[in-house]
Amino acid sequence: MEAVAEPGNLAGVRHIVLILSGKGGVGKSTISTELALALRHVGKKVGILDVDLCGPSIPRMLRAQGRAVHQCDSGWVPVFVDQEQKVSLMSVGFLLEKPDEAVVWRGPKKNALIKQFVSDVAWGQLDYLVVDTPPGTSDEHMAAVEALRPYSPLGAIVVTTPQAVSVGDVRRELTFCRKTGLRVIGVVENMSGFVCPHCTECTNVFSRGGGEELARHAGVPFLGSVPLDPKLTRSLEEGGDFIQEFPHSPAFQALSAIAQKVLETPAQLS
Amino acid sequence: MEETPHNCPGTGSAQAGRGAACQGCPNQRLCASGAGEAPDPAIEEIKEKMKTVKHKILVLSGKGGVGKSTFSAHLAHALAEDENTQVALLDIDICGPSIPKIMGLEGEQGDQGAGLTSDSMPVFTQVHQSGSGWSPVFLEDNLGVMSVGFLLSSPDDAVIWRGPKKNGMIKQFLRDVDWGEVDYLIVDTPPGTSDEHLSVVQYLAAAHIDGAVIITTPQEVSLQDVRKEISFCHKVKLPIIGVVENMSGFVCPKCKKESQIFPPTTGGAEAMCQDLKIPLLGKVPLDPHIGKSCDEGRSFLVDTPDSPATVAYRSIIQRIQEYCSLHRPEEERTSLVPETRGDMDASSTASAS
Repeated sequence: MEAVAEPGNLAGVRHIVLILSGKGGVGKSTISTELALALRHVGKKVGILDVDLCGPSIPRMLRAQGRAVHQCDSGWVPVFVDQEQKVSLMSVGFLLEKPDEAVVWRGPKKNALIKQFVSDVAWGQLDYLVVDTPPGTSDEHMAAVEALRPYSPLGAIVVTTPQAVSVGDVRRELTFCRKTGLRVIGVVENMSGFVCPHCTECTNVFSRGGGEELARHAGVPFLGSVPLDPKLTRSLEEGGDFIQEFPHSPAFQALSAIAQKVLETPAQLS
Repeated sequence: MEETPHNCPGTGSAQAGRGAACQGCPNQRLCASGAGEAPDPAIEEIKEKMKTVKHKILVLSGKGGVGKSTFSAHLAHALAEDENTQVALLDIDICGPSIPKIMGLEGEQGDQGAGLTSDSMPVFTQVHQSGSGWSPVFLEDNLGVMSVGFLLSSPDDAVIWRGPKKNGMIKQFLRDVDWGEVDYLIVDTPPGTSDEHLSVVQYLAAAHIDGAVIITTPQEVSLQDVRKEISFCHKVKLPIIGVVENMSGFVCPKCKKESQIFPPTTGGAEAMCQDLKIPLLGKVPLDPHIGKSCDEGRSFLVDTPDSPATVAYRSIIQRIQEYCSLHRPEEERTSLVPETRGDMDASSTASAS
């Protein structure tokens, strides 16, 4: 049964990209944020939808924590995180009364909120909607894929770190994509090496090579490696605009290349 | 934003699922079926089963990728170094079961019979009863392990299950695995504060959990999630043994100078523990050997005994043992999860699968 896209809040969104992993802590939210900023830097209007209900990281990364969410006729108004209003964000983080408040929900309630996030946020006109997800292959992921299916997402970027323990989980995520009919745009290997700031020796803190091998094994494109950069971490922690502050960082080059590949990915024929 | 409808009658009330306020609540059908009223019989069965288990420790975070499984595995290894101590390691991360790989047990099927694929009906309903129950996979005579990873026939198999099915698996693991006489049961959890966490606390409610060890990394993006996990522990009255700050500094193998890969921009775990008055069990630095040992399924405590990370781990594990020895195993508290209306979802009783 073909799902028909209803006109509505996603009607003005040209491309939807999901950021998945199977593994926690590999940098999905970081990559989501940086991809959004990289797309903005080449003139695109981008929305970020943070469906990690238990651990919503993105508001803080973009210095938007505590911002109020307003309602309009079409639903929730996403929060703009920049002056030029090129990047908008919706996250459960905005809806919590206290930042340390835990969202201790079982699956059905999470599913209900994710459906609402997909259909009831008034995104307006967007070139790209980047959807950040929590780790795993469960309620949130199924809800997001089902809710977004009628809008023919461009696909998913799957993030891993180089080591086998991560790759072990991410293989399962690739199976999830196959089973749910979600195209994989490619694999990103994050935290790929650390360059000591004192002596420039590069250490493979989380092993090496896993991401590229995984892409090859699964027959999907390898989009690139992003190295560990403490300046990046500090900047994101403090909500700085990383792309503007660190144009010469090796991480910046990697992310821009990844953004370019996303721009070149053709939309799927529905 | 409200987590339950205005005037939610409560999941245990006679009006559950039937009141006007219930319209549109995603739990309406569940409550109306009466599932919210009767306590799950499994809770008593698990209490019985857990009588042979002296100490139960949950390893939690809120954040993914901070080293829960790494820590759980090495806690198990360290405790099992004493051959007179019986150790059990239970991995309830259903979607991302890392423990088999970290323990070097990948490819083991255990005694559960045919494997499980995500397409099929849950295999546990078919291999359910066999005398004393499922057999854990034994790494050593005194170290048994159970994980959904052992039930999967291929490393590519994905477990694409919604909450209720995951809860069923966890119930099975607690009720049907024949752990035998155990000194320490360590439960490794996935990131978050959701089905798995609620279920394990609810199913072990009558059996008394010694406490939770909470893992974090130094940066605020982790601490932010960990504070939520601590709040979850308080809500369900789960004692906190303490916090471990992992990936705390990196020493370059070449020049030996220290860098902060994950900077503690808001004071790290130390500041958070001081604020929340929770013990900081210790800080573990980043050592590339840890990842390597885990990938190869070996204990890094044995591989690199002189690493500062090993020293830190051993000190933390000793503190955990000391905490547990202060808790008499036969002491049983009535620590049923309270029904905190408006605060938590499907609170006091486990939902039916």
